[in-house]
Amino acid sequence: MLQVSSSPHIRDTVTTRRLMLDVVIALIPALVASTWIFGWRVLIVTAIATGSSVLFEFLSRKVMKRYDSIGDMSALVTGLLLAMNLPPTIPLWIPVVGSFIAIIIVKQMFGGIGQNFMNPALAARVILMLSYPAAMTRWSILAERARGASSVVTDAAGHLDLIATATPLYILQNNGDMPSYLDMFLGIKGGCIGEVSVLALLIGAVYLIIRKVINLWIPLTYIGTVVLIVTIAGEDPLYHVLSAGLIIGAFFMATDYVTAPVTRKGQFLFAMGAGIITALIRLFGSMTEGVSFAILLMNILTPHIENWTKPVPFGGRKHVKG
Amino acid sequence: MFKFGHFSGGVHPKGNKNTHFFPTMRLDDFKHIRIPMSMHIGPPCTPTVKAGDPVMVGQMIGEATGPLAVPIHSSVSGIVKSVSRVVASSGNSVEVVDIESDGQYTRHDAIAPPIVNDRDTFLKAIRDSGLVGLGGAGFPTHAKLRIPEGKTADVLIINAAECEPYITADFRQCAEHPDEIIEGIRIVMHYLDIPKAMVGIEDNKPLAIEVLRNELTKIELKENTRPAISIHGLRTLYPQGAEKMLIYTLTNREIPSGGLPIDVGAVVLNVSTVRFIAKYIKTGMPLVRKRITLDGSGLKIPCNVNVPVGAMIPDVIKFAGGDAEAAGKIIMGGSMMGVALDRFDTSIIKHNNAILVFGTKEAEIPQETQCIRCGRCVEACPMHLMPTQLDSASRNKDVTELNDYFVMDCIECGCCTFVCPAKRYLVQSIRAGKGYVRLAKSKEAAK
Repeated sequence: MLQVSSSPHIRDTVTTRRLMLDVVIALIPALVASTWIFGWRVLIVTAIATGSSVLFEFLSRKVMKRYDSIGDMSALVTGLLLAMNLPPTIPLWIPVVGSFIAIIIVKQMFGGIGQNFMNPALAARVILMLSYPAAMTRWSILAERARGASSVVTDAAGHLDLIATATPLYILQNNGDMPSYLDMFLGIKGGCIGEVSVLALLIGAVYLIIRKVINLWIPLTYIGTVVLIVTIAGEDPLYHVLSAGLIIGAFFMATDYVTAPVTRKGQFLFAMGAGIITALIRLFGSMTEGVSFAILLMNILTPHIENWTKPVPFGGRKHVKG
Repeated sequence: MFKFGHFSGGVHPKGNKNTHFFPTMRLDDFKHIRIPMSMHIGPPCTPTVKAGDPVMVGQMIGEATGPLAVPIHSSVSGIVKSVSRVVASSGNSVEVVDIESDGQYTRHDAIAPPIVNDRDTFLKAIRDSGLVGLGGAGFPTHAKLRIPEGKTADVLIINAAECEPYITADFRQCAEHPDEIIEGIRIVMHYLDIPKAMVGIEDNKPLAIEVLRNELTKIELKENTRPAISIHGLRTLYPQGAEKMLIYTLTNREIPSGGLPIDVGAVVLNVSTVRFIAKYIKTGMPLVRKRITLDGSGLKIPCNVNVPVGAMIPDVIKFAGGDAEAAGKIIMGGSMMGVALDRFDTSIIKHNNAILVFGTKEAEIPQETQCIRCGRCVEACPMHLMPTQLDSASRNKDVTELNDYFVMDCIECGCCTFVCPAKRYLVQSIRAGKGYVRLAKSKEAAK
């Protein structure tokens, strides 16, 4: 029996599944660092977020009578990124709500992988932040790791081993004592699970770059824009970069294939826009963190950016307005 | 080695040039030969023989009809068994002449070197030789060489890039006949009055570059002047051998969308085409044999062979230790742009440059999944198109959108499909899209 198909007859070995698996691998250092800083609860939150994400993916595909897509690993990545965006003290039912928003509402209702117009994990984070502001901003770190923590408070459950703290950006905005550069780089500070250790995140980012999963266009443009604006505004750019939110945002969220433009020029504009919005929120907004909102807003603009940056085909013909 | 600029995009498929160092073997042992009457772009030929007629090697058996057609000659001596219509792999019905070879390869009496003294007689000779572009497209060479009024060619570009994986037929051509290649280039330069020539070869074939340069030095020593021919090593990057990419790499000139090489003052010929020209001018033997690469996991002995045009593909495959019936996929041409055959009773045609036989595992077609918008196709497209957008526009049969994203500029090189992690059949879908645009255009015209 002869197999007949359209050319080309050979394919590269890269698959969607391999790309997603690489993202999972790249997030492991951050997860390990976070577990070391915050304790085992990190792993419980992560397990719940990823488990519920995969489950919702499976169930929604089943209900919608579409092919089973959990094999492409994208739901696992979404769950993991969601966990990265939650504080380790979060009540354990909140990640489930977050997974529901990310997978069912943002992703599957729009057609599944490739069709969502916003980054599912970020959209879930923002909705959770607006719905449960207190739970979403209760930062704390293990007492034995705390060096720059501002006050010792027992939480509602009376756990004495955790010390309430604030994120560096909050401290910065409120003129508090900042943790040292080194602590920020290593991640000994308050923050979400994935937003503590810059070192761990960068190890993952280097892996993604080596494996050619992402390129440096978006992250460097994004971080560069933020640095430029905050420097002009007279703030310490290093603190802004070392607040790990920008690093995870630039390397892991803004580089999300689905919600960033596919053209080079478009990626540049996208990252620049995200950088400007992030800097403006951080400088002038009442919120301490701007990365999530900035990326989500740029996600919405992505189709337009892609239209504006449609490449001119080889042969020089100017493109017709679409 | 000076390197020129290069086009953006492209991919790096595994070279698989397994047959690189195997000298070409001449195969003559074919009993049954089937010569299709359509082996070029343009109207098919009219058969001039009928069942029972004796034929000789080089005898014309198909007469060209119209300016874009070239005659077809018998590749063997023997008896015509039948002239019939069959359905080809393309789905079209074509007339074929079936010949039973006597194995003698007796030359036709009328074969003599053509009398060529100016451009017109040169072009006529090229047409009479039955020559088509041997790089794979099958465009009649005399039509390509006829420079339209008001245009001039200032550079002759010889395509020896051979960027397709597996294929080494052009490389063998360079290694085995560098003298006739240079001679052919000089003949074309002379009759078309083109001042200089550039040969482009991917730098994974240093031997080809070296032998051609040596040949130029030999001429320089003999004639005291070096011909205005330069040999260029090009970056190994698929599709370096695509006409538009090659011209751009060598001369930095961009063929306008919908245009031809002559629009930027270039004439492009494949290296095997120029070598044939040299040989034909010397001997007058028309195009009746072809050098092809045989490779793929379905063959025991990957090799280069020189076979008569019209040799049946299963016979050729058998020579390389393969079994057509057991093959997963048989590809006529390269792995990136070749055509998968759907039937066994197909023969080698003039512009064939490879037969690839894939085992069942290699032939497996990957499952298509949803696009994840990673942008790899956009990055890989040497024509700077957006394959993912064309794909969805084509699936929606949206002609406006297809035109907005310049579907007709696609050269179907396959880079986008090769890199797609979601394994989408982008080229297939874009080809369908071109069909929708053509259909809409003809409907418009009919109104």
